[in-house]
Amino acid sequence: MNNHYQMLVIGGGPAGLAAATIAANSGVSCALLDEQPAPGGQIYRAVEQAPELRAQLLGADYQRGKSLVENFRASRAVYFPNTSVWSVNEQREVGVNYQGDSRIITADHILIASGAMERPVPFTGWTLPGVMYAGSGQILFKSAGAIPEKGVVLAGSGPLLLLLAWQYMRAGVKIKAMLDMTPLGNRIMALPELPRALLAYQYLTKGMTLQRELKQAGVEIKNLVSDLRAEGDGQLERVCYRHRGREHTIETDLLMTHFGVIPHVWLTQAAGCRHLWNESQQCWHPQHDEWGATSIEGIFVAGDGAGIFGAKSAEYAGYLAGLQMSYAAGAVTRGERNQQAIVYRKAMKRDRHIRPFLESYFHIPREILAVQNNDTVVCRCEEITAGQIREAVANGHQDSNQVKYFTRCGMGPCQGRQCAQAVAHIVADAGGKSVSGQSCFRGRPPVTPLNLEQLAQMKRRQR
Amino acid sequence: MMEADVLIIGAGLMGASAALHLSMRGYRCVVIDKASPGRHASGANAGGLRQLNRDPAEIPLAMESARMWHQIRDLVDSDCDARFPGQLRIAENAADMDKLEQRAALVRSLGYQHEEIIGKKELYQMVPALAPHCVGALVCRQDGFARPYHTLTAFRLKAESLGARFYADTEAYQMVQDGEGWQVRTSSGTFNSTFLINCAGAWAGKMAAMLGEPVPLQPKALMLMVTERLPHFVDPVMGAASRKLSFKQMQNGTLIIGGALVAKLDFEREKTDINWEQLMESADTVLHFFPQLKNVRIVRAWAGIEGFMPDNIPVISASGMNKNLYHAFGFSAHGFQLSPVIGRILSELIIDGRTPLPIEPFRIDRFNSAI
Repeated sequence: MNNHYQMLVIGGGPAGLAAATIAANSGVSCALLDEQPAPGGQIYRAVEQAPELRAQLLGADYQRGKSLVENFRASRAVYFPNTSVWSVNEQREVGVNYQGDSRIITADHILIASGAMERPVPFTGWTLPGVMYAGSGQILFKSAGAIPEKGVVLAGSGPLLLLLAWQYMRAGVKIKAMLDMTPLGNRIMALPELPRALLAYQYLTKGMTLQRELKQAGVEIKNLVSDLRAEGDGQLERVCYRHRGREHTIETDLLMTHFGVIPHVWLTQAAGCRHLWNESQQCWHPQHDEWGATSIEGIFVAGDGAGIFGAKSAEYAGYLAGLQMSYAAGAVTRGERNQQAIVYRKAMKRDRHIRPFLESYFHIPREILAVQNNDTVVCRCEEITAGQIREAVANGHQDSNQVKYFTRCGMGPCQGRQCAQAVAHIVADAGGKSVSGQSCFRGRPPVTPLNLEQLAQMKRRQR
Repeated sequence: MMEADVLIIGAGLMGASAALHLSMRGYRCVVIDKASPGRHASGANAGGLRQLNRDPAEIPLAMESARMWHQIRDLVDSDCDARFPGQLRIAENAADMDKLEQRAALVRSLGYQHEEIIGKKELYQMVPALAPHCVGALVCRQDGFARPYHTLTAFRLKAESLGARFYADTEAYQMVQDGEGWQVRTSSGTFNSTFLINCAGAWAGKMAAMLGEPVPLQPKALMLMVTERLPHFVDPVMGAASRKLSFKQMQNGTLIIGGALVAKLDFEREKTDINWEQLMESADTVLHFFPQLKNVRIVRAWAGIEGFMPDNIPVISASGMNKNLYHAFGFSAHGFQLSPVIGRILSELIIDGRTPLPIEPFRIDRFNSAI
């Protein structure tokens, strides 16, 4: 690993791969830092190694990643797998952990393509062993072919829930129930967005096909479910919920939930990029221009880390950012950049027609996000409940960061990743304010684990 | 227009403590802050309760404050999570020990008994986990630590219960003497008061200049890092005679590591950036004393913006220029322990016109010849 690169890409998903490939091909010295052992990101995880059968089960969209990774491998971009980034700052100094060794390297331009994470939504019992995210279930399937042996209950709201149900169904997993918590009102709210969504009809067709095939396979889909609770003594034993005015219980030792995904903003926050609240997507994202340039000179974003638009859009945004960074590095002219950008912009625009519909349809209701049950643990590291957060607000701690100082909520090892959103919603709710005016927890490095020895050894090496 | 007896600029520890002590004696206080209570140094400091190794001028104040800390619940209805396991300055060799013995002799010569030398044997009884090379220490057994933001909150809530009002997001634009009193124009409207106190921390220099009394205050951002939780293994707060170190284990098992580590600061934008070079050095120092902590994970590093004076002691003073104006700032990163007594001193200056404690060394006009 060099001490300096013209261009550093953080993240090996579609956005990072596309950007690194196009920039390296235009002659920019480029390195890609990837936390994963192989390129592909979460969406195309292990796409190079997945056996034929597993790839087929995962569907055609998964296999699209193959050529993306091949093109990246064929480029002159340098690839660093199993590499975590623990710090990025305005001076474009990047703290890197590579092969057990920590160091700080620099770059003229940095692309943060950190992707998405599951939106953490605390509910009663969500911290019990046996409750996990649908996304984590899918990762286990993609990378290791692991599937739940004794069946699973799926619950929540969002396209991934449907996709995972379909993938599990095809892999022969017993789906005990599929509990769709999307409220009735969303269907009406989403209607005005339907005409535009039809321009990206392939997504709608795919969704309908998945639903039809699930029904044909006899999977029980319950709509308009509410009051989801996980119960058990030290381990999940049953899932309780409300459906059509009645209480129901299912015995299960595995519950996978999904409430949509949000941008992984911890690196852009640590760097000090300006972030905005997106009401439609219900999340913060780094402010950026049409090329992905953030509020900090030389730092770019692309892909779901910049705002949730899915894998294809991420790829196009990656090409656009890569072009701009190549132009900034003097490797392509302004004319070449603009010419090459046309096709990606067109494709991106087409791909994004589906988004307003999806965002309205899968909008998570405020009463779920702003955890109503005061006994529910919100910060699992420090075991802080929704009630403690509301009490802090009542005592005059008026924003998320003050609540964090006072309650320690978000001060544990996960750095608030699992509770920042919920805390903002609860603080807004308790103060009678809109969440759009709330601040996220201030970014505090290191962003990924770093121990005292790793830090100290950098000093000793300098001596 | 809002009225008060005393308007306090800065809702940090000093401002909240002043508001509490003045409210206890029936004065109506308003505390304004351009951000939120404890947004900078008051919320982000290491929470050390230290009499050890202070500037001689500060010792009487620190001793009085220590008495208040040991009964802090009587003052603010909360123990502020204060603990008193002592503070140590460790000697690693004979030269260090010499330095510490000189310090102990100086303190004794001034008539104080709170700092004492301990030898190797007692040091390792106090801190059995310490690496074996150390030779002794200077100790203050009544010292300890507390939780800063909790302390600030306790002071604020008690002051509020006695009638003080706190206004966040309220920036002072202009302070005008109006007869004997003050008119302060802010982003939340105009306030009228008889007395005005400048407790604006790192921004106190700006306030003092606006009030026609410029001081050579320098804002700096000091860094701290905190680790994951560990089983309890060390009691006292530790520093070192010849290394930058501040090290303690909190009640919840996390380690707070600091020691005058300075972050990069863009004061105008209020932006701090971690200086990793210094944290590397700091981690190396910690492992020097506790090699067994190699694999301990750092959870968070941060910096708080504080005001420093050239002589590293604060300004605690009536104005040299204006009537009914008082200053308390420039605590140079060791104000936390002093906060209870500073509020009391300010209340005495305002209500009684004097304080029994010796505050002459902290006059605001001591820099006049230097400017």
